Amino acid sequence: MRVPAVEAEGLTRSYRMGDTVVHALRGVSLRVDPGEYVAVVGPSGSGKSTLMHLLGGLDRPTSGRLVVAGRDLSTLSANQLAHLRSTAIGFVFQSFYLLPRTSAVDNVALPLVYQGVPARVRRQRAAALLGQVGLAHRLTHRPNQLSGGEQQRVAIARALVTEPSLVLADEPTGNLDTATGRAVLELLESRCAEAGVAVVLVTHDREVAARAHRVIQMRDGQVV
Amino acid sequence: MRLAEAWRVAADALRANRLRSGLTVLGVLIGVAAVVVLVGIGTGARYEVERQVEGLGSNLLLVFPGETTVAAAPTLSRLSMADVEAVVRVVGDRDRVAVQVGSGEIVRAGTASRFTSVLGVLDTTTQVFVRDLSRGSYLTRSDVDTARRVAVLGSRVADALFGDREPVGAQVTIAGVRFRVVGVFAPIGQGLGVDRDDQVHIPVTTAQRLFGTDRIDAMAVRAPDRDTIRDLGDRIVAELSRRHPDTAFSAVTQDEIIGVLGGILSVLTWVLAAIAGISLLVGGVGVANIVLVSVRERFREIGLRKAVGARPRDIAVQFLLEAVLLTGVGGVAGIGLGVAAALVVAATSPVPAVVTWWSVALAFGVSVAVGVAAGVVPAHRAGRLDPVVALRSE
Repeated sequence: MRVPAVEAEGLTRSYRMGDTVVHALRGVSLRVDPGEYVAVVGPSGSGKSTLMHLLGGLDRPTSGRLVVAGRDLSTLSANQLAHLRSTAIGFVFQSFYLLPRTSAVDNVALPLVYQGVPARVRRQRAAALLGQVGLAHRLTHRPNQLSGGEQQRVAIARALVTEPSLVLADEPTGNLDTATGRAVLELLESRCAEAGVAVVLVTHDREVAARAHRVIQMRDGQVV
Repeated sequence: MRLAEAWRVAADALRANRLRSGLTVLGVLIGVAAVVVLVGIGTGARYEVERQVEGLGSNLLLVFPGETTVAAAPTLSRLSMADVEAVVRVVGDRDRVAVQVGSGEIVRAGTASRFTSVLGVLDTTTQVFVRDLSRGSYLTRSDVDTARRVAVLGSRVADALFGDREPVGAQVTIAGVRFRVVGVFAPIGQGLGVDRDDQVHIPVTTAQRLFGTDRIDAMAVRAPDRDTIRDLGDRIVAELSRRHPDTAFSAVTQDEIIGVLGGILSVLTWVLAAIAGISLLVGGVGVANIVLVSVRERFREIGLRKAVGARPRDIAVQFLLEAVLLTGVGGVAGIGLGVAAALVVAATSPVPAVVTWWSVALAFGVSVAVGVAAGVVPAHRAGRLDPVVALRSE
């Protein structure tokens, strides 16, 4: 049996905001297999983003067990967590989050910087990925010289450049018009399917969610 | 992350805000340049004093009444020629003993006149001190013994009174009394605050008669070698104290003069360095401030870098290097400016300025240390930043 990309049991996450404790997650269990495409939907404040931050190793659960790419996150130090993000997880954000004043190829190569990959190899791999997302002609363009759809394709290339086992996409089409959004999604789906990468996509767009293999509905910090 | 990569990222970040980075560098630059120049002036002053003291001659003992180790000319002297003879007996060689009795007098030659320092001396002066003549000859023993009215002029005095004319053999009047010029000193320059070119030497016996005194202001003794100099000084002071039980005497060596003056100038140098150090510190505060701003501006970038695998240390190093780069560039430029300014000061003013390798190393080391100190807190904060919070910020 294959190692699941994500395995979570009874995840909770509480914040203290002033005098009140906010329970963002109240016991979430889920499992995502390699190559699976899962959409997480729910209204604002339902805990979608918190769940994604936990799955991505950007945040730690208050309680519960979380295993990503075979590693139990509760046993990892901050540096080991950074290493896990570097090697096993790719992020795609709603606002792209590309570095300004930095070329497309260097933006895509950025995760490899933290793996200590030499600059020449980084650029080669980044250029190859940009070719795969149809931006071979945009290598040296800066984010402000690219359209929204192009910027998100650069971000997808960046998420895949480290050959992760899990890609987390937070409203990846939220800042794009419908046609561009559909094209970006198709690209994300095809690239991930080809590489056998599990995708967890957070959205509140039902049409986007409908494309996934499986939809996880969240409300008030729980899966419903 | 590799260090070379971190340097590149830091440099890129600074280049993106050229004006801001430039102004911050300027603060450090001014501080470092001030350290180099002010330490250079202090050090130069010390070297100059050493040069002047050592330029007097070798193995010299300066003997004068008074307690102080380094004294201005005493106003009241009990020393007389009898004391000089006693000292000669202690030393055992008349040629090693020089004396001085001085007075400010007007010297005239024809219509030209100059107020100058007239010194009554022994014929041994040129054997005790380093003093070369450019023309004529020095005073002789018989000049001293018979109190002849002969004079040797300092180069500046000769120039003022005679210009291009030949002074040797000419007449001058000192305090209204006629003297014959027998020699002119070669220019020698300043010595411990005295313009040694603006002097006239006459026989001590003549001078005492001219000034109406039998006192001697000071004596100088040239010891045979460095090892016995302190012992000789003690014996001279003991002999003079025996002859004048109620008066204190001092016999100081050149090394002691250099030690005392050098000590004062070292303190002065450190005070100057400390003042300059304050401006360097202010520059460092500017660096800390800019790195804090830089961290604050780039919360999102920090969050993204963390999301794609940057460790806390990678982020901290990136911002620390920004600080080190700002102060390093400021340090190098400041050293350049400081050295240039010191050279200009030395070339265009009487203030000697010497740039030493240690002041340059100190200034650069301090500036980089300031950079690390200024960068470490903001860098640490950046490294510890929660990626979720960082990514959410606008």
